[in-house]
Amino acid sequence: MLDWDIIKMAIPLLAEGLTVTLYVSFFAGIIGTFAGIILGLLSLSNIKPLELFIRIYVDFVRGTPLLIQIFLVFFALPVIGIKFNEIWAGVAALAFNLAGYTAEIVRGSVGAVEKGQAEAAKGIGMTREKILVYILLPQAARQMVPPFTNELITMIKSSSLLSVISVYELTRSGQAIISVHFVPFEIYGLLALYYWGLITTISWATRQLERRLPAW
Amino acid sequence: MIDGDRHIGTKGTAGEPLIRIENMTKTFGEHQVLQPINLEILEKETLVVIGASGSGKTTMLRCINHLETPTTGGVYLRDEPIGGNPAEFGLPWTPFPENLVARQRRNFGFVFQRFNLFPHLTALDNVAIGPRKVLGIGKSEARARAREQLEKVFLGEHIGKRPNQLSGGQQQRVAIARALAMNPIVMLFDEPTSALDPELVKEVLDVIRLLAETGMTSVIVTHEMHFAAEVADRVTYIDHGTIVEQGPPHKLFSSPEEERTKKFLSHFHHIFDNPANP
Ligand SMILES: Nc1ncnc2c1ncn2[C@@H]1O[C@H](COP(=O)(O)OP(=O)(O)OP(=O)(O)O)[C@@H](O)[C@H]1O
Ligand SMILES: [Mg+2]
Repeated sequence: MLDWDIIKMAIPLLAEGLTVTLYVSFFAGIIGTFAGIILGLLSLSNIKPLELFIRIYVDFVRGTPLLIQIFLVFFALPVIGIKFNEIWAGVAALAFNLAGYTAEIVRGSVGAVEKGQAEAAKGIGMTREKILVYILLPQAARQMVPPFTNELITMIKSSSLLSVISVYELTRSGQAIISVHFVPFEIYGLLALYYWGLITTISWATRQLERRLPAW
Repeated sequence: MIDGDRHIGTKGTAGEPLIRIENMTKTFGEHQVLQPINLEILEKETLVVIGASGSGKTTMLRCINHLETPTTGGVYLRDEPIGGNPAEFGLPWTPFPENLVARQRRNFGFVFQRFNLFPHLTALDNVAIGPRKVLGIGKSEARARAREQLEKVFLGEHIGKRPNQLSGGQQQRVAIARALAMNPIVMLFDEPTSALDPELVKEVLDVIRLLAETGMTSVIVTHEMHFAAEVADRVTYIDHGTIVEQGPPHKLFSSPEEERTKKFLSHFHHIFDNPANP
C-alpha cells in the first residue's frame, strides 16, 4: 500500500524544507512579534497621528489576503528599490502580517482591562506610561497569549504560501518530490505530520509561557 | 471663626480653607450634571456629602482630583488651580501638562466605591507601588511604609494576600492604605461602604472615623447617615447638581430648612427618630 521506500527517501528531503520553514517562521515570528508589540503600545500612546497610522496599517493587514501581501513585498517593493531574496521577502511579508495582528491583540487586551484600574492608578498620581507599564500590561499579558498563539500558528501554516515565490520551504519541498515520483498520498501525509508536530510544539511552548505570567 | 457662612466643625477642629471649588459645572453631552458649585473645604475638616442617586456626588468628587475635567469653573488647592487654568477673563480652559496633573493628584487620596485594587499585586505591593513608582522611593523603604499603613488599617496580618483573597471590607481598607501611603493632603471617599456586605461596613467606617479624628481633611460621600451624623463637621446635601443646604450635622439632620432636604432626609427617618438605637 504505502510506498515505504519513497517515505524513507522523503523524510530527509522534507527535513530540508522544514529547516527553511523553521528559519522563515523564526525570523518572521521574532520580528513580527517585536514590531507588533511596539505598534500595539504606540497605538495606546495617545499620539493621534501615530494611532491613525497604526489603525490604517492594521486594517490593511486584516483587510487584504496574505497572498497579495506576499506578492506586494516580492514583486512591488523592488519597483521602488527595496529588494529582498525570496526567503527574506517571505520573512518580511509574514512579519508584516503578524505585526498587524499582534498590535491589535496588544491594544485590545490592554483596552479590556477594567476601567477602574487605570483610574485607581491615576488616583495615586501615576502618569500614562506608568499606568501602562505597572498596571495595565501585567494584567493584560496573560490574556494576550492565547490569541497570540493562534496568530503565530496561522503564520506558520501560512508560510506554505511562500512556495508561490519559490521559497523552498516545507510544502514546496513536498511538491517537488510529488512532481517527480507522483506519490501525493505519502508526501501530503508526511507534510501534515511535519506541520502538526511543529505546531504542537509551539502550542506547548506558549502554554508554558502563559503559565509563567501573572495570574490571580 | 466668625464668618456666618463658614461652618465651624462640631469638633471645632476645622481651620483655614484648603480646597475651593469655584463656579464649577460639569456637563456630559447634553446633560448638565453639576450646576455651578461653590464650596470650600477647610483644613482638618470632615465634610460629608449626601444626596440621591444621580445627584452628582461622584462627579463632584472626581472633579476635585481631576479624574474628571470640570466643564467650567475650577478647583483650587491652597489657591493652586487643579488640572489646568479655568476659563476666565475670556480665556479658554487650558489644561496643565499630564505630568503636572499627575503630581497634583498625589495630594488627593481617592477611595472608590468598588475598591479598584490592583489584582496582580499583593496587599503590600498595592500600597507600596505608589511610593515606589510614583514617589521613587526604594523598594524596601516603600514596603516598610506600606506595611506601616496596612497596620494602621488593621491588616498587618494580610499583607501577603492578593485582593481576591481578601473580604470586601479588607479590600477597601487596603485601598485606604494605598491612598494614605502617598501622604495626601485630603482624602476623598466615594461611597466607600456601599459595595460591602452589611457586616463589613463597620470595620471600614471605623478606619475612616479614626482617620478623621487624627485630623485628616476628608470629603466623604455616603448614605450611612448615622456615620455622617457622628463623624461630620459639616454635611452638604446635593440635589440635581446643586448644593441645596449645608450645615453642622445636628442642625442639618434635626432641623433642615429646605423642603428638598426634608424630603430627602425623610427616607432615613427611622435612623434619626430613635438615636439611642443605631
Ligand atoms: N462619564 C459619564 N458620562 C455620561 N454621564 C455621566 C457620566 N458620569 C456620570 N454621568 C451622569 O451624571 C449624573 C450624576 O452621576 P454621579 O455618578 O455623579 O451621581 P451620584 O450622585 O454619585 O449617584 P450615586 O449615588 O448613584 O453614586 C448621572 O445622571 C449619571 O448618569
Ligand atoms: Mg456615586
